[in-house]
Amino acid sequence: MTIERADIEKLAELARVQISEDNIAATSRSLGNVLALVDQLQAVDTRDIAPMSHPLDTTQRLRADEVTEPDHRLAFQKIAPAIEDGLYLVPRVID
Amino acid sequence: MHNQTLAQLSAGLAAGDYSSVELTRHFLSRIEQLDPAYNSFITVTAEAALTSAIAADEQRARGEVHPLCGVPIAHKDIFCTDGVRTSCGSKMLDNFVPPYDATVVANFAAAGAVVLGKTNMDEFAMGSSNETSWYGPVKNPWNTGLVPGGSSGGSAAAVAARLVPAATATDTGGSIRQPAALCGITGLKPTYGRVSRWGMIAFASSLDQGGPLARSAEDAALMLNVMASFDPKDSTCVDREVPDYTAGLNDSIAGLRIGIPKEYFDPGLNSGTEGAVRDALAQFEAMGATLHDISLPHSALSVPAYYVIAPAEASANLSRFDGVRYGYRCADPVDLRDLYMRTRAEGFGDEVKRRILVGAYCLSAGYYDAYYKKAQQVRRLIKQDFVEAFKSVDLVMGPTCPNPAFAFGSKGDNPVAMYLEDIYTIATNLAGLPGMSVPCGTVDGLPVGLQMIGNYFDEARMLNVGHRFQQVTDWHNRTPEGINP
Amino acid sequence: MTAANDWEVVIGLEVHVQLATRSKIFSGASTAFGAAPNSQACAIDLAMPGTLPVANEQAFRFAVMFGLAIDAEIAETSVFERKNYFYPDLPKGYQTTQLEKPIVGPGHVDIQLPDGGHKRVRIHHAHLEEDAGKSLHEGDWQVNGRPMTGIDLNRAGTPLIEIVSEPDMRSADEAVAFARKLHSIVTSLGICDGDMSQGSMRFDVNISVHRPDTPFGTRTETKNLNSFKFMEDAIALEVERQIDILEDGGRIIQETRLYNGETRRARSMRTKEEANDYRYFPCPDLLPVVIDSQTIEAIRDSLPELPDAREQRFVEQYGLSEYDAGILGDEADMARFFEEVAKLCGDPKLAANWIMGELAARLNSTDTAIGQSPVNAGQLAGLIARIMDHSISNNMAKQVFDAMWKGEGEPDDIIEKRGLKQVSDAGALEKIVDEVIAKNPAMVQDYLGTDESKRKKKLGGFMGQIMKASKGQANPQQVNEILVRKLNDLL
Repeated sequence: MTIERADIEKLAELARVQISEDNIAATSRSLGNVLALVDQLQAVDTRDIAPMSHPLDTTQRLRADEVTEPDHRLAFQKIAPAIEDGLYLVPRVID
Repeated sequence: MHNQTLAQLSAGLAAGDYSSVELTRHFLSRIEQLDPAYNSFITVTAEAALTSAIAADEQRARGEVHPLCGVPIAHKDIFCTDGVRTSCGSKMLDNFVPPYDATVVANFAAAGAVVLGKTNMDEFAMGSSNETSWYGPVKNPWNTGLVPGGSSGGSAAAVAARLVPAATATDTGGSIRQPAALCGITGLKPTYGRVSRWGMIAFASSLDQGGPLARSAEDAALMLNVMASFDPKDSTCVDREVPDYTAGLNDSIAGLRIGIPKEYFDPGLNSGTEGAVRDALAQFEAMGATLHDISLPHSALSVPAYYVIAPAEASANLSRFDGVRYGYRCADPVDLRDLYMRTRAEGFGDEVKRRILVGAYCLSAGYYDAYYKKAQQVRRLIKQDFVEAFKSVDLVMGPTCPNPAFAFGSKGDNPVAMYLEDIYTIATNLAGLPGMSVPCGTVDGLPVGLQMIGNYFDEARMLNVGHRFQQVTDWHNRTPEGINP
Repeated sequence: MTAANDWEVVIGLEVHVQLATRSKIFSGASTAFGAAPNSQACAIDLAMPGTLPVANEQAFRFAVMFGLAIDAEIAETSVFERKNYFYPDLPKGYQTTQLEKPIVGPGHVDIQLPDGGHKRVRIHHAHLEEDAGKSLHEGDWQVNGRPMTGIDLNRAGTPLIEIVSEPDMRSADEAVAFARKLHSIVTSLGICDGDMSQGSMRFDVNISVHRPDTPFGTRTETKNLNSFKFMEDAIALEVERQIDILEDGGRIIQETRLYNGETRRARSMRTKEEANDYRYFPCPDLLPVVIDSQTIEAIRDSLPELPDAREQRFVEQYGLSEYDAGILGDEADMARFFEEVAKLCGDPKLAANWIMGELAARLNSTDTAIGQSPVNAGQLAGLIARIMDHSISNNMAKQVFDAMWKGEGEPDDIIEKRGLKQVSDAGALEKIVDEVIAKNPAMVQDYLGTDESKRKKKLGGFMGQIMKASKGQANPQQVNEILVRKLNDLL
């Protein structure tokens, strides 16, 4: 199973992970190995089998609508890479 | 002191044979002396440990305390600890000091346990050898040229080397059981939903489950008594009473029906491992259990299904690591895209990036049905195999992994070779069932693990069976050379 | 609009409605508007490692209320999914939303058109999801000399329902009528505060044009319009743009567009080719939400009155015309105001006239919501009461209203202070009338010489002088009676 260069580039973009030129071939090869493994699934007949997202057949508990979280901004922003005026800073976004 | 079990240490503290401070100092000095050879800890919290040991001694002097009050333990570095760096084995979180505790961490704090530090692990729990940790690999105390297994390799090695009596761990595809087997200790992955995932950094949310690594089934029971709780902060945590897991440890196992899946004794299984497992099965028979050949026909599909589902969930779970609010941020990003692309390229290791890409691929337009949906369908088939099996047997048994500990770098550069080391453990995560590994022999001097798979919420029975086995065998008491200098 | 007659406009709406819960959809942080940046973003909202969501019961209750209000099927099982994309205001790198199994299935909303007709707009579905944070570009924040955007995550995790309509609207007027109707439904239900200026309701508009009896054209999506006015304007702009392109032989590109209310221009944000691959999949941290039919029925039984029913009631209970009932009964705040005034003054029709006349004009010209009206229901009712007991004339009442609008206080105080009491004393009025008749023999002769059927028109001249003589305080009705009687006596 081969993964084209264009596929790798698209995945890198979707996942926001830069892949250096040197690594494209190796990434393509190892992704190919993994996809060859998972391709074994194609041989199984799964007609009428409902997909299973959770191991247990339980349903969501719902929380009462109450404000329980106090302001912890100081603690949270102490570990932030770049803050000012209480805001998280990222390179200027133009949209 | 370090050769005593959790149960013995608890009794020793109760009897006043030693104080928690003495115990804590003893284990801390062992870590200082021996861990440079194993690299099982990422962070040692000596000062905080002594402070809580003093508090534990005071508490004990005042009266009734929890059995684990004053007993040293360690947390896998995947559990968030308030004020203590929680790295998840990744450069991405090397500077991350959470301002909150995981529920599991809070449970141990409430019991008065003393935390010696945070143990090494595969990066974001992705690996079966501990080679993917940003903090360097953990060495197997039985042979430092070999891997300890993963991803909870640090917790397993630390317990095996008697640097700590027991430790917390997590298991997404075998990350408790496989290192337990490779390090000759006891590990239990509980039923999905038994232990809260709050504050446990997610790898694959529908598969992750916390559990103990310990010296014996009895110690694992003591640990699970603290770890298991109902937590309303985790929507997938099950609201079900937590029994005292030590209560039935000594129950008779006569009449126990053990299922032996033929698929777990395939040609890929190491013959020495198979021999040890068969000997253990014979031992159970001698103890009054009955053995039944069963089939789990979709077993071979568990690895392919897992390597769609786990990466898919991980690819989304790890999107939050973007250099904006915490953790690593690349130097001087020129624009937003650069911030994302370089932060994630530099902050994540190769295996993590590989799984993120695989996950993105399996979920992307045009591939969802063929990969993700298909894997979720196969997942149901795998669960149904077990549901069917448990109609006629009480426990399923087989090897924990196909081989004993292997050498660093021996899996080459094809990631699939490593993935196949988890071939017997992955199915239980997909089904959400509890699984346990207990030492049952050696191959060339290296430990072999026997795996038990129980029905949903049947941890007490598994601990009972493991404990009875450990009453008549001594594999769990064997120690690697060099740990008692 | 160029050759609009030859083109048919097709519009569908996606409406984001912020639900008026106290806490967020997946965390216990407050949703209150206007707090200091990031002071209402808890560990879950910040996507701190290891944190997990737990769904808010009230958000589901509100979504079910909306579904019942639009006659939709409520899904017994609904499922949250992850929509994956990177943006700094989206801390987890995915939005938790619903796709395959939304809480609200197909329903419909009936709208009244400007020409008085009615139209049914079909709702494709409505789903629950979390709002994103806000990006602030206005600061002069810098790092290493590079300009920075500030991220405030207080809004992140605020519950939304996204309502997706079918492409059933054929003009900007219809789209605005639909949007207004949704606004009145969600505010009547009390599930949204309806404050558009705070982003409580935001509209994405899908627009295409085509020749009638041909397939629909390629559509574009104009995002994030937060007022009815912007929506109307953005639709007009986009329709014109599309028709111009097509008439020049061009082709419409499927794209997302951004409208700027200040410049009144729109531009392309991204085309379909650049569109994200969102990689939706069921969120493994959340389980399927099951709402049993008993719960749904209990919610149905406790639904507050909806605009359509209220308008019907206004016609029956207060004798309003269908048109008046439509204006007064549509919005919950307006309806409440009207009913209070009507009850306090006892004359619903007079109350309706004043609210739709003087008050509505002031509210519109100052862009003020009824809830913020400087004249409250008690004051307006007090004013109407003085008209009803003939204490003041209509003209005086307008002066009093003006003073109340300016915050000068209660109507009786204003009447008192300004000496606006109407003269109704018959003796005083007769004296004034006698004086005016005596002073104007020519007008009297003219009146007496006019054919009986046309005499009424001749009264105006007398009235003007009488009012002037009384400094505007004579009770016009009474004056009219006296005047006619006295003139007829001269016949």
